[in-house]
Amino acid sequence: MTPMLKSVADTAPVADAAPVQIQVRGVEKTFAVGAQKIVALQNIDLDIRKGEFVCLLGPSGCGKSTLLNAVAGFQPPTKGTVTVDGRTITEPGPDRGMVFQEYALFPWMTVAQNVAFGLEIKGMSKAEIAERVEWLLQKLHLQDFRNRFPKDLSGGMRQRVAIARVLALDSPILLMDEPFGALDALTRRTLQDELLRIWEEVGKTILFVTHSIEESIYLADRIIVMTYRPGTIKRDVVVDMPRPRDGSAPEFNRLKRELSQMVMEEQQRFSQDEIRSVTAD
Amino acid sequence: MSQAKPRFSPAALLRGSLVPVLVIALWQILSTSGLINPVVLPSPVQVVVRWWAYLLPTEAYDPAQSSWILWALSGEMLFDAWSSLYRVVLGFAVGAGLALPLGLAMGGNPRIYALFDPLMQVLRPIPPIAYIPLAILWFGLGNAPAVFLIAIGAFFPVLMNTIAGVRHVDGIYLRAARNLGAGKLTMFLRVILPAATPYILAGARIGIGTAFIVVIVSEMIAVNSGLGFRILEAREFMWSDKIIAGMFTIGLLGLAIDIGMNRLNNHLLRWHRGLEN
Repeated sequence: MTPMLKSVADTAPVADAAPVQIQVRGVEKTFAVGAQKIVALQNIDLDIRKGEFVCLLGPSGCGKSTLLNAVAGFQPPTKGTVTVDGRTITEPGPDRGMVFQEYALFPWMTVAQNVAFGLEIKGMSKAEIAERVEWLLQKLHLQDFRNRFPKDLSGGMRQRVAIARVLALDSPILLMDEPFGALDALTRRTLQDELLRIWEEVGKTILFVTHSIEESIYLADRIIVMTYRPGTIKRDVVVDMPRPRDGSAPEFNRLKRELSQMVMEEQQRFSQDEIRSVTAD
Repeated sequence: MSQAKPRFSPAALLRGSLVPVLVIALWQILSTSGLINPVVLPSPVQVVVRWWAYLLPTEAYDPAQSSWILWALSGEMLFDAWSSLYRVVLGFAVGAGLALPLGLAMGGNPRIYALFDPLMQVLRPIPPIAYIPLAILWFGLGNAPAVFLIAIGAFFPVLMNTIAGVRHVDGIYLRAARNLGAGKLTMFLRVILPAATPYILAGARIGIGTAFIVVIVSEMIAVNSGLGFRILEAREFMWSDKIIAGMFTIGLLGLAIDIGMNRLNNHLLRWHRGLEN
């Protein structure tokens, strides 16, 4: 596998100047499923620098969401540590805002109330909240939907609200768990562009889980390709192309081919495992 | 439960009134044929006349005594209906008011659940009606035993549904709220409670239905006013027309309560997906 990636640069940090913000050391995560022990993550070492946009890429079951949840603090690792700005993560917190694939908006709150919720928890004054919510609604083109309930919004609109909700927290880190996975291709591209625009404007560190190769190349500074069971880091690929990236550029396609091959190897192991588990039943 | 869309097309109106009209016509024929004693089965016309008399004020209007509106509302029926409604609302408020916090605590905390559940399981199958002798023994006659019985009738449906509602809160909301930094109290008041509202309101609806049954029964036994009392009183005078007129009024009040609950439901759950259609 090794020699193919020379063209796109290899495992070298981009923004050398920026300090490491998320540090994953020797992380292992095992689950017991019945009598079976599943090693979801093994020997994960990863440094993410401040302001970096990093994608975790791999097929289903490769542990990319598990790794994200460990950073979020929802599922502490069985072994190893995750530190953010030097502090060990033991629980979720508003310094690591999370965007879920299933939106996770509170259906009993309007769009504006959803966005304001985190700020109310922070204890901000009413005037400050109103101002910040207004700014975010404008930024994500939600101003005409402020008094709607989530059930009246399309998937793309819901995800905009979810993004506005975590941006409201002004957390230095955004964790995104396949946020655009359930959206149609056009909505997906629009939201990808908006996310990049916001990221360039506010300079957050983003850890973004996806199984779409194209999405990862379009968005990321760095793509972490993961293996299927046990979940380990297969490759750490730096994407050194200027944005906005052109999906038809030869460079883009060369990288896509290389990544496809890596992901497909893991996907095949996943499929074989699935077939085996079905025939075993 | 979503409300059926009102259909006012003439054809639908005709179809809807067909069976009631037939039943009433049959009833009228039976009672005027002389086959059945009118004391046993009064004619529908007689019932309607009686119902109207029951509704109207008993005394003539005297501008010197009271205002026009007070006079119009001074009829026996409205007073009875008001008495019954008052008991239902008060009893329901007491029963649901106790069930809601207990249900929230039991649903949210396994230790509290383990502490209270055995007692609740033993008490729950006892029908509220079975408390009547004890209620009279404890509270004598009057509003107090009635309110007590109605409160018991409302308590268990609200309790059970509140527990279920808290336990069925989707984990994704809890995770999102924790991620936003919600503490325990915020989590409970702003996330778990609203998320459980559809269940709680379903319980409240069952509870108020039970309360309405119990109010009629308890008025037959413990008090001297209300719709339940009135129809039992009418029986003593062999006024079958008034009994049926009273039953009809009970039905109307029950319908009004149900419509009110439905409105409240739709308002409180206007965010809920189940109401989309």
